[in-house]
Amino acid sequence: MASGELKDNPRRDPATGEYRVIAPGQTFLSVTEKITRIVLTPTTPLGWFAVFGIGGAIATLFLVAVTWLFLVGVGIWGITQPVAWGFAIINFVWWIGIGHAGTLISAILLLFKQSWRNSINRFAEAMTIFAVVCAGMFPLIHVGRPWLAYWMLPVPLTMNVWPQFRSPLMWDVFAVSTYATISVVFWYIGMVPDFGTMRDRAESKFAKYAYGLCSLGWRGSVRHWSRYETASLLLAGLATPLVLSVHTVISFDFAVAVLSGWHTTIFPPYFVAGAIYSGFAMVLTLAIPLRKFYHLEGLVTERHIDNMGKVMLATGFIVAYGYAMEVFMAWYSGSHWEAFMMWNRMFGPMGWAYWVLVTCNLAIPLTTLWSRKLRTSIPFMFFISIVVNTGMWFERFVIVVTSLYRDFLPSSWGTYRATKWDYMTYVGTLGLFTALFLLFVRFLPMIPMSEIRMMLPGAKITPKKAAEAGD
Amino acid sequence: MAAREGIYGLLAEFDTPGDLIRAAQQARKDGWRRMDCYTPYPVEEAAEAIGFHRNKVPLITLIGGLMGLVAMFLFQVWVSVWAYPLNIAGRPLYSWPAFIVPAYEWTILFAGLSAAFGMLALNGLPALYHPLFNAPNFRDGATTDKFFLCLEALDPKFDLAEAKKYLQSFEPVSVVEVEY
Repeated sequence: MASGELKDNPRRDPATGEYRVIAPGQTFLSVTEKITRIVLTPTTPLGWFAVFGIGGAIATLFLVAVTWLFLVGVGIWGITQPVAWGFAIINFVWWIGIGHAGTLISAILLLFKQSWRNSINRFAEAMTIFAVVCAGMFPLIHVGRPWLAYWMLPVPLTMNVWPQFRSPLMWDVFAVSTYATISVVFWYIGMVPDFGTMRDRAESKFAKYAYGLCSLGWRGSVRHWSRYETASLLLAGLATPLVLSVHTVISFDFAVAVLSGWHTTIFPPYFVAGAIYSGFAMVLTLAIPLRKFYHLEGLVTERHIDNMGKVMLATGFIVAYGYAMEVFMAWYSGSHWEAFMMWNRMFGPMGWAYWVLVTCNLAIPLTTLWSRKLRTSIPFMFFISIVVNTGMWFERFVIVVTSLYRDFLPSSWGTYRATKWDYMTYVGTLGLFTALFLLFVRFLPMIPMSEIRMMLPGAKITPKKAAEAGD
Repeated sequence: MAAREGIYGLLAEFDTPGDLIRAAQQARKDGWRRMDCYTPYPVEEAAEAIGFHRNKVPLITLIGGLMGLVAMFLFQVWVSVWAYPLNIAGRPLYSWPAFIVPAYEWTILFAGLSAAFGMLALNGLPALYHPLFNAPNFRDGATTDKFFLCLEALDPKFDLAEAKKYLQSFEPVSVVEVEY
């Protein structure tokens, strides 16, 4: 990228040198056409079938693994004593964390009036929902007898047994189920006006009918819009404390245990920051191929990539602070067990995992994301997103496994080796996620049209006559 | 409900939000009350222009949130103290700090559902039918790039010929009659 190109590039704002949020030359009609055409086309691109096929094939791994699990039991996994928490918890925390960026983008950035978020908000929310779906699988299957999973709910059972509300695991049930419900509602309500557009632009009878039902009869009355905007802001205002509480509650699962490496007060903020860090990485992993494949470079611009890089830089440093504080507390607490845990985490038999985490979460992203040139380089950002996703998975691995496998009593030390069933379950959820996301991309408007329209030059209220020249 | 007969209103189409807002402001000033604007994205100024300033969604949300909070908290107290008291290391049965988290989650759950469904209910949605969709040009642009002002026949000032002439004075793209 030569510096001469920077000045002439119409995608940049000459005043600031920043990339524009939306490339110039877009009108209400062009945006609507662009987004609806992806869905309303009669021909599905071959590439879609290819990726959907691969995702679906990988998802069958999950099906196979879970079927065998249900037939045999959790003994097929690598969990044992003392490492009784293994892949299931690691993957649960990882997936939920990924979901958090979607809520952050749709809710917190809405409250902060960061209108650049509009282009990426819908698929970030979709990512949240599918990530929660994948996350929700793990607690359900890891209870051993999944057909009794409903015991977690406070329902009147014939045995007169009620759940233990003093347990963070119970809090988790409420946090995650609320999170899933509110995310789905927020996502759907956000799509209602766009369903109206789809209904009005659909050609086939079935599409008109289906989108018409989904649109709930939306007609764009300004009275409706006014209530709609209030409800969206309120939902955003509610989703913000919710998303912070979800990962906080998940961190309580660990933090209330007396185990060294888990029993830390830094956990809630450190988990939330890590969640957002990995979630933004996942948004990038999804957005970069999508904008390329569907030619959405005009709507999801380098500015979005750049801003997401900045958010990752900031949350990455919070995560770095969390790691540093863990090390500091291991020394400062004066607790022999804490100090040993930290030494063992870094230099013990599984020390490599800690250094993978440090490399992927700190060394690579936090040194390079300072550069705007790198932040706006698409291949580099895709690379970084994969690196951070990997690093954040290892973070959870390190927290769960390296705290457990050498605890207080050396006679009970053990080790942890994931089995092929663990890997199949995990990789299978990646396939499930891909398949769900592709269905979303194919059948639902992946960019919120009504919110993009608000940002276009045509939406400016101009004095009479000048208006005609502007559009 | 039996289908009503006759005219629902007159629908004027505009190309820009500015034209719509000017027309709506003027109509409001001239005494029109039963009217509505239809836009492809939220245009706050248009809502102001027709005199729609505040709504009840926040109140419904607040009530919903409080209901969730109280319901969950009392439920946990009932379960933990009366229905299934568990003595774990002699800790008190009424351990209210532990009950905050689920109560907090249910506050958000109920408030969020109230906001979403309250908004839909106040808007009269879902609606399977609305006379506006009978207008030939409404579905071409109302959700894409056109701005509409509808003077409804229920307004006491409404007289088909005069209202049509009145709307024409705003130089809209078109004025059409909307039938029930």
